[in-house]
Amino acid sequence: MRAKTHTPGRTVRKTGRRHPLATIALIAIGLGLTGGAYAAFNTSTASAEPAAASQQSVDQGKKIFMSNCATCHGLSASGTANGPSLIGVGAAAVDFQVGTGRMPMAMNGPQAQQKPVQFTGSDISALADYVASLAPGPGIPNASLLDTTQGNAANGGELFRTNCAMCHNVAGAGGALTEGKFAPALSGVSAQHIYEAMVTGPQNMPVFNDSNISPSGKRDIITYLKYIEKNPSPGGFALGDLGPVAEGLFLWIFGLGSIVALTVWITAKSN
Amino acid sequence: MSTTTAAPRAAKKGGFTAAAANYLEDRTSMSAAVREFGRKIFPDHWSFLLGEVALYSFIVILLSGTFLTFFFQASQASVIYDGSFVPLKGVEMSSAMSSTLNISFDIRGGLLMRQVHHWAALLFVASIGLHMLRIYFTGAFRKPRELNWVIGFVLFILAMAEGFTGYSLPDDLLSGNGLRIIDGLIKGIPLVGTWISFLLFGGEFPGTAIVGRLYTLHILLLPALVLAMIALHLLFVVVHKHTQYAGPGRTQENVIGYPVLPVYAAKAGGFFFIVFGVVVLMASFFTINPIWNYGPYDPSPVSAGTQPDWYIGFADGALRLIPPGWEFVWLNHTWSFNILTPLIVIGVFIVLVMFYPFIESWITGDRREHHILDRPRNAPTRTAIGAAGVTFYAGLWAAASSDLIATHFMLTIEGVIHAIQAIVVLGPFVAFFIAKRVCLALQKKDRSIALHGYESGRIVRLPGGEYIEVHERLDEYERWRLVSFESYQPLMLRPNSRGKITVGQRVRAGISRWFFEDRIAPVTMRELEEGHGHH
Ligand code: HEC
Ligand code: HEC
Repeated sequence: MRAKTHTPGRTVRKTGRRHPLATIALIAIGLGLTGGAYAAFNTSTASAEPAAASQQSVDQGKKIFMSNCATCHGLSASGTANGPSLIGVGAAAVDFQVGTGRMPMAMNGPQAQQKPVQFTGSDISALADYVASLAPGPGIPNASLLDTTQGNAANGGELFRTNCAMCHNVAGAGGALTEGKFAPALSGVSAQHIYEAMVTGPQNMPVFNDSNISPSGKRDIITYLKYIEKNPSPGGFALGDLGPVAEGLFLWIFGLGSIVALTVWITAKSN
Repeated sequence: MSTTTAAPRAAKKGGFTAAAANYLEDRTSMSAAVREFGRKIFPDHWSFLLGEVALYSFIVILLSGTFLTFFFQASQASVIYDGSFVPLKGVEMSSAMSSTLNISFDIRGGLLMRQVHHWAALLFVASIGLHMLRIYFTGAFRKPRELNWVIGFVLFILAMAEGFTGYSLPDDLLSGNGLRIIDGLIKGIPLVGTWISFLLFGGEFPGTAIVGRLYTLHILLLPALVLAMIALHLLFVVVHKHTQYAGPGRTQENVIGYPVLPVYAAKAGGFFFIVFGVVVLMASFFTINPIWNYGPYDPSPVSAGTQPDWYIGFADGALRLIPPGWEFVWLNHTWSFNILTPLIVIGVFIVLVMFYPFIESWITGDRREHHILDRPRNAPTRTAIGAAGVTFYAGLWAAASSDLIATHFMLTIEGVIHAIQAIVVLGPFVAFFIAKRVCLALQKKDRSIALHGYESGRIVRLPGGEYIEVHERLDEYERWRLVSFESYQPLMLRPNSRGKITVGQRVRAGISRWFFEDRIAPVTMRELEEGHGHH
């Protein structure tokens, strides 16, 4: 997932060597390769699945699923017109979607919004167990993968800037996507949910499987995010980490505003 | 007025100051200059201090910038960062970036100085902008000050150049992306673009030369030009004398206010510290340009919310507003009208603003000197043109933050872009119309107040049974403010010496008619006297 920098002015010439069909052939080969690799990666993540959950929990999960989720995701979780199939999405996806309050989805907007979490911890893990029992998928990360004391913030920062900043902003302040969708701000998201977001790729976010960013790389990213969350900006109030726009607005409204007020004061005093 | 020049007499008394003054006078004969300058009068109005804000922020920039040069290394040689900011430890970066991080984290007072420098830079350009608006809307650019308007505008452009070169020096991700956009802009110029880009960057972008080159521009050439322009600008202010608002006793021949020495100089000195203080306060409490978040420049990542500093925003916004598909191949060349259009439109805009004084005087045919400022309402068409220009600029500027507008107001980014496209194209016309109507309405109000006084809200019943509202008359001073402006007539079409009316004259007369056709004539003496008759 490397972002390409677009060069607006780059010239593309159509010479004989760059025949349009050559491009199509290349794309086809590329797609084939990526597809194959994707399948391979997917199984490799799936194999990291922790040991199967108890049957009791699965049954419990199924019950909750039937009454809360089946309307959209179908009675066998294989999807309906209102929601995608959940077969193979794994426990991580359920834990993330339900644990951040995105599911059950409330309204049809550009993207599922976060709401107050609807279920208790044990209900969520029952749901996760149920969905995981349908087909292998990414599992809930174990605690050592979330331990920020073992992570390397500098490496995490690098990985974050290369893989995530184009959507989430360098400081994790969030950013706009097309058609009203957006990448949310990342402060206050738990380490577990960050990890799960990476392995399941909710909605418009791509999946970062283990060969893309290794589990320890993911831990580094979490370490970095937690570092900037815990350590306030060394320069004072961060103005929302929104960069030059926030700085410019602040300068015009408060900086120049207060100076203009002072000029009025100075010239008024003398009269 | 002879504060520093009473030297001969005082010297006998032997005071140190007097002796020093005497010493200086004997060697420089500066007393005449000091006396002359000390007697210069500056009128007092808050809006006259905006230019000073720019001057003082420039001084703050010079001071803090000098500090920064002690520690900054303008080199793109690669180093491994080993300073005290943990999340970048061990990361490979240029020494420009690493020295900027060291200034921020390992040099005492460094971060404060960086932030002072950057906030002062934002303030510098902003105050120039506001100052220019003041000059424009009060018509202070009219003869004899047209050249000083041009100099001031050049200063505005130089200030933006200073800002942009400085913003790019730390070689962080954000500014690197900014440079990448500039590189794209340059490469979009047909035929020569790629050559210029290679020349500028010393090879393929980003290369290893650009930071050093920008540094030379940033600390040597541009500041020298800014200083020279400031000197010229202020010299002209002294030569032309300051303008003033209309008021009792104020004429085209005099200036009413305080002498430079001692009143004005003391005030100005105090004001310098106020500006400095506000900048330092901002720098102490509010982060600016947190390069430690952005990380070192690397051509592959781009962050969401990548924006330039505010004063370059209009250019970024112009690029964002171009609809897709304006780039095509023709004659075996790519024509990037997505880039050329904003370049051309902004270029034309800049030229129009820069030469506006000459354009206006050509339209009005007014060749007289003006030292009394216009109230914006009394020059409705000029004010309306200004409002249109401001709307256009503000639209471009807002477009640079289209993504943040979208996320913060829960809108779609496409919707925001389309709305701003409409504002940039149609907004100026709407603004022109509204501003002109508002000005004319205000003039009408002034006129009726000058003639009939204020409505006092007191209703009186006359013996005949008629009800009237008593109008409170203005005193002479207040009335003067309302009636003392000039009214222009559209230029008449007159045959030239050879008895012909040229096309140029027709165009000129046409524009002049458009400029002046709607106008409210100032109250005349006659009308005033007649006015006295009523109520
Ligand atoms: C109102 C309909 C609706 C309800 C109710 C609902 N979902 Fe969803 N769910 C969706 C839609 C639509 C998506 C796809 C969102 C997208 O990708 O934009 C989705 C996505 C998901 C995903 C992510 C799938 C993936 O590919 O990663 C999971 C997991 C999920 N839902 C679980 C649940 C669970 C568990 C419940 C019950 C607690 C539930 N949903 C209730 C509509 C619904
Ligand atoms: C293509 C853009 C994109 C990229 C790249 C991306 N994300 Fe996301 N991310 C999203 C979107 C969109 C959402 C919101 C999904 C939703 O609401 O279901 C999201 C959601 C998240 C969330 C959940 C936030 C919350 O408030 O619950 C986390 C955590 C997250 N991303 C982390 C990452 C990390 C870490 C990376 C890099 C490895 C990354 N993202 C890369 C688009 C992206």
